Amino acid sequence: MTTLGDLASLIRSKNAGPFELTFDIMFDNLESFERVLKSGALSAERIASIYRLPVEDVRFFVVPPALAFKASIPRPIFQGDLRDSDSHGGQQYAPLMEIEIS
Amino acid sequence: MLETKQPLEPAVADPARSGLEVRVVSATGVCGSGFKESSIAAGMARRPHFIGCDAGSTDPGPAPLGTGTPAFPGRAVKRDLRLMLKAARQAGVPLLVGSAGTAGGEPHLALVRDIVLEIAQEEGLRFRLALIHAEQDKVYLKNRLRQGRIRPLKPAPEFDEGVIDRAERIVGMMGEEPFLRALDQGADVVIAGRASDCAIFAGLPIRMGVPPGLAWHAAKLLECGSAIAVSRPSPDSILVTFGDGYFDVEALDPEVRCTPQSVAAHALYENADPFRLIESSGTLDLTQASYEALDARRVRVRGSRFEPAATYTVKLEGAERVGYQSIVIGSVRDPFIIRQIDNWSERLEEKLRGRVADVFDAETAANYVFNLRIYGKDGTMGPLEPVRSVTSHELCLVLEVTAPTQEVATTIVSMARHQALHLPIPEWSGLITGVACIYSPAYLERGAVYRFCVNHVVEPDDPYEMFPIDMLEVGA
Repeated sequence: MTTLGDLASLIRSKNAGPFELTFDIMFDNLESFERVLKSGALSAERIASIYRLPVEDVRFFVVPPALAFKASIPRPIFQGDLRDSDSHGGQQYAPLMEIEIS
Repeated sequence: MLETKQPLEPAVADPARSGLEVRVVSATGVCGSGFKESSIAAGMARRPHFIGCDAGSTDPGPAPLGTGTPAFPGRAVKRDLRLMLKAARQAGVPLLVGSAGTAGGEPHLALVRDIVLEIAQEEGLRFRLALIHAEQDKVYLKNRLRQGRIRPLKPAPEFDEGVIDRAERIVGMMGEEPFLRALDQGADVVIAGRASDCAIFAGLPIRMGVPPGLAWHAAKLLECGSAIAVSRPSPDSILVTFGDGYFDVEALDPEVRCTPQSVAAHALYENADPFRLIESSGTLDLTQASYEALDARRVRVRGSRFEPAATYTVKLEGAERVGYQSIVIGSVRDPFIIRQIDNWSERLEEKLRGRVADVFDAETAANYVFNLRIYGKDGTMGPLEPVRSVTSHELCLVLEVTAPTQEVATTIVSMARHQALHLPIPEWSGLITGVACIYSPAYLERGAVYRFCVNHVVEPDDPYEMFPIDMLEVGA
């Protein structure tokens, strides 16, 4: 079974300002990028279901020149607010690694 | 070293004399994070029209803005500024620094001003220094709010006059216009408070005739320094060269490569939307941008566009003190406790509530926040964690109390520690000690804690009214 974590050259999460969180999924070759694109495994719906969000909260982008996919969501807790656990938003991507790619 | 045997000819700040080419050096991604002396020297050998450097971010959270302190140590900022100042003064070109001291408020700007004055004295430099203020007057903000000229971005916290009163500090994020005005007033060196990272770099090339789309796209790359490279060994300097209908970008360390993919990918970093980047004066549109390898380490970019905004807006950033915090770090190894950790947590919180009511008056008892972080369960991702079952053989606990004073926070967290230590579970009879504490005393006082209290934009009358400029003759 191949996962997104096996195919991507980089999967990362980061704050996009203190109020949003953004995920970048990048590839180092066109073949892997197109394989993931064609598999349909990555979409706004998929991100919404993994992070248990309404789909309208997810902005999803395919960025061919960067061989990348990107998704942005509102932070459930704003950066630095009392119950925030990841000030830079850097460790929120791990569940994306498990996505199976056909 | 920066010293060259033959002084460089001053770069020409007039496109008619320099042809169409406009060259810009970015010293590094954040002033204080460092760069190689050899890289900025290589950049100066290309005779840039100016040097720019971003010095701030909300990345370190609300504390720098709230406390008035920088995220990077003064010594590291001084090292970087010294090299930039010497390079800029030797070449006779402007140095533009934005978001001084991380958060770009008054104390941050004053701190960086003092560093600049120290360097000037130590190096015997003479120049005209512009300081651009970005911390906002509360009366001004209240007026704009009443006029309906402050509106929320999405998502945004509640923002009203009470928030303005309570805020420790609110800054506006300036556009390119105050930088240009400072240069028009004769500034050689501009140290600005909070500024759009890209505005530092976009204004001057546009004035020199570069199309705004290319200028803003290049600015977005310049503001992060060598982060645009394939792999960045350390923060470092980069160069952008604008030509007719394109710009070229390269890292100034000859060992560092940029590729079309690495440059295109940079538009993703720390942005919610990789195709549209919103600035005060308009929106950078990258949907038609194309990237072409010039050679193994340089990239040519074309096709970036800029749509002017119908209404000029200035983004606000503010920090409000939430209280004072004390924490206790401990851990649990008993599988009986681990398998009932949710129930255990609820009972702990309830017991604590009872003890606080015994010890404090009703007002204090209603004004503390207890937060139990459980590492090994969902300590990292909290509400976003999809894994709901705990499989770890040990858990790390952070007991955290935030209260109106440090003394109350420490008292309550100490009570929480005692309750947690001996909280009974049905599997054992008799007194247990269910948490391993690391330190003695067990608590750590974290001091004041802050929150970001605004994600709104102001509609000013013009791009300058929120950003007054002071001029100083340095070394005169």
